[in-house]
Amino acid sequence: MTATETQTVQAGDQVRATIRQFITSAISLPNLDDEADLFASGIVNSLFAVQLMTFIEKTFAIEVGMDDLDMENFKSVNATAAFVMRKDGRRGG
Amino acid sequence: MDLKRIGVLGAGNIGIGVVTDLVLHGLSAVVVDVSDEILECAQAKVLNNVRTAPLLSKSLPRVTRDDAMQRMVWTTRLEDVASCDFIVENVTEDWALKQAVYRQLDRIAPPEVCFGVNTSCISITRIAGVTTRPANVVGVHFMNPVHLMPTVEVIRGYHTSDRTLDALLALLAALKKEGVVVEDLPGFVSNRISHLFMNEAAFVLQDGVTTAANIDQIFKKCFGHKMGPLETADLIGLDTVVRSLDVLYESFQDPKYRCCPLLRKLVHAGHLGRKTGKGFHVYPEG
Repeated sequence: MTATETQTVQAGDQVRATIRQFITSAISLPNLDDEADLFASGIVNSLFAVQLMTFIEKTFAIEVGMDDLDMENFKSVNATAAFVMRKDGRRGG
Repeated sequence: MDLKRIGVLGAGNIGIGVVTDLVLHGLSAVVVDVSDEILECAQAKVLNNVRTAPLLSKSLPRVTRDDAMQRMVWTTRLEDVASCDFIVENVTEDWALKQAVYRQLDRIAPPEVCFGVNTSCISITRIAGVTTRPANVVGVHFMNPVHLMPTVEVIRGYHTSDRTLDALLALLAALKKEGVVVEDLPGFVSNRISHLFMNEAAFVLQDGVTTAANIDQIFKKCFGHKMGPLETADLIGLDTVVRSLDVLYESFQDPKYRCCPLLRKLVHAGHLGRKTGKGFHVYPEG
């Protein structure tokens, strides 16, 4: 693994951890699976997607555009982290 | 009846939802509340709702900020609704306040204009009685979040005319909503029943039977409800829930509507639910 690839993986881990922390601060679920579909499983209701979206916009200084308004981008810790990484090319998008 | 320009009185939770829905469906709104500060805050929330609406429902259109802004007028002058085709009133569930607004509105709005009383508990017939146009007054109980809920409880007051009912149903159809028409008694159908659930859930929590999370989980996982009673109370606003319970208690003089002390205590503590970040549950700042 190159130094750049290592940095990208580390940045991804950090983004994932930040998102996981935000989600678990809203729900009392100590062992949240990063792949778990938050909305389909009923862990949170769909309104939480707006909270999550607002959080990542503020925290990662990215703008969610009209074309990004898709639940698929926010359905799990991993999906949200991948979306943030895609939007922010500096983290290896 | 061509309804294009709608007056919206009160820019609280439900008022914001009504304006969001109007804007999303291409109608114009003249929004009135008591201070510029409230209006600015409400406008920001409406714009955010309009922006995020397609995320929450694929059937809702994408409306740009500029288009949304062009469809809204924000004002502290009630007189500015004089040019509106229909009025939706959403002021606080307080009889003294509501009746004062209706007396003033009745003088301002042209006589043919109909008033949709957005209330969850107060009698439509009683409100109609303070106006000179009781036939033009109808109840409309939007559910929260307004732009995501497809059905509305519509209340026919004692004097409500078919013309008024048709006007409201036409407005709801323009918002892609269906109205279920019921007769007028305080709390109607939805709140008369749902507030017993929410209040008893608060008693269950107060009595230490289980946690708030478990109470809501049982409703969601056992009954298939989208939200539990305590989450629902948080979404409505605990202050509004308490006010509605008080109206039900006063109206029916029935102790089954007595407000749970824990619920009232949370309101006194300033924990009003989602809108303050804490109620029965905690809502992290997004």
